Amino acid sequence: MSSDRVGIIGIGQSEFRSRRDDASYPDLVREGVSRAMDDAGLDFDAIQAVVYSLSPDAMIGIGNAERLGIDAVGGRNKPFLRINTGGATGISSVAAAYYHVASGMFDVVLTAGADKIGECGDSQTVLNKIWDPSYERPLPLGTINMLAMSAVRYMERYGMTEEDMALVTVKNRRHASLNPKAHLRKEVSVQDVLDSRIISWPIKLLDCCPQSSGGAALVLASERFIRDNKLDAVWITGVGGAAETYWMGDRMGTAPTAEHADAYALARSFAKSYAMAGITDPMRQVHVAELYAPFSNTEFHSIDSARLVAKLGDSVPALRDGDFAIGGRIPVNPSGGTLCTNAIAVTAMARVAEIALQVWGRAGAHQVKGAKLGIASGNGGDHQIFGTMVIEA
Amino acid sequence: MELLERQETWSITYTHALGETASYFYTKIRDEAAIYGKRCAKTDRVLVPPRSFSDETLLPTTDWVKVGPGGRIEAFTIVCEKFNKLPDPPYAFGYVLLDGADTALGGYFRSIDLTEPAAAAAKLKVGTRVMTTFADQRKGEMLDFWFELAA
Repeated sequence: MSSDRVGIIGIGQSEFRSRRDDASYPDLVREGVSRAMDDAGLDFDAIQAVVYSLSPDAMIGIGNAERLGIDAVGGRNKPFLRINTGGATGISSVAAAYYHVASGMFDVVLTAGADKIGECGDSQTVLNKIWDPSYERPLPLGTINMLAMSAVRYMERYGMTEEDMALVTVKNRRHASLNPKAHLRKEVSVQDVLDSRIISWPIKLLDCCPQSSGGAALVLASERFIRDNKLDAVWITGVGGAAETYWMGDRMGTAPTAEHADAYALARSFAKSYAMAGITDPMRQVHVAELYAPFSNTEFHSIDSARLVAKLGDSVPALRDGDFAIGGRIPVNPSGGTLCTNAIAVTAMARVAEIALQVWGRAGAHQVKGAKLGIASGNGGDHQIFGTMVIEA
Repeated sequence: MELLERQETWSITYTHALGETASYFYTKIRDEAAIYGKRCAKTDRVLVPPRSFSDETLLPTTDWVKVGPGGRIEAFTIVCEKFNKLPDPPYAFGYVLLDGADTALGGYFRSIDLTEPAAAAAKLKVGTRVMTTFADQRKGEMLDFWFELAA
């Protein structure tokens, strides 16, 4: 056992809902933080630095809302840093907290945030603004149609059907029904998904994540601090990241440097985190996965990229066979995942939190039996910034 | 207890400078009804839309290359949902690899019946040949052109 590992010692998450009219934005940040601090059994004096998890300001309608969150995280007189990598923000924040501890500069670091997307009436209008004003903004680009185009290419290459996409929703809703913190917990059938209205073909309403409100927080600590204070922990043993070209049209064409059907940079990120954790055969070594997939189709290329199948596209028949359901070969998104809960600023942090709970054996009704090693991922921007982690008991 | 709300609308005006490269691209569209890409001398890749440097080699792009008007569909979607401040549905748009280009350009697909999205999707299959159509009155913007299925 090396002496420089970084552990997760506290986890806090809200029960995510569409709206939280009882709570202001800092109240929601405070909710996740209080739960994480209680879980860690520490008081705020123990926290030496804060990494604040906050994606685009316009989604909550507060410019630089990290200012408003400083009190909720007990940030006064402490180093404070905001992270924003779009949908990957939450896992990027955990990575930044990890770097703080791994550098040796800090023993205990809090990372936290919240989102209230249910208050934004125009989320795709906000997301249209992530495209450049010169060439792409004049088109009605948004995250839904951008990933619908990924689906179209994935169908072409690997034979994914609309029914296959529906099976992802059916699986994840079943998982979410077991998770009291999930936002969409009602089980649905394949036919329900196929009958739901088309948003951006082939993506239908029930292929889409909700707009969620809630907070999340994690407390990370050095192995020395954990040992000296006789704390319980799970360990972040692999951290990876990879960015991809901005231009979606460069991920297709004659000799693309990446492929828009696949999550090319996500695969590279996983390769880095696996190498760091010493994982050589993910199909045999990974017990559970929480993969950021806000639309049903994107779970397939995420599974492919995590190499939970032998080759690209094999996730489709494997999902049909039940490989990724709780009780299957490698359960994917046992919490219900991003498809059932998406509070963007903390969604990718929730992926890490859920895997930590799984390998800790504390996931409750959606616990994957015997899980000791799990993986988490986050995707941000125009399918462009990826973060991955390996977490072990 | 009674819980209250407060509504706000953000409306912010920006005047974005497009820079030399996009200005050339749009001027050619406006004045000549032609689409130009820019070549990376090291890899010979023609980037469309044009950029002043290649994201692959990180070198400045060098010469302008006229591309299209024919091309093939690389990606598409048919949007059936209304989003605030975005066009009224249904509409089809996506990415086309214009002849002579190495990267795909975004644009609308027009003159396609979108009543049945699945049927329209079959017509817009990846690989389908399209032609660029230019508006008679052009302002020098993305909406000056669109793609139609090749005859």
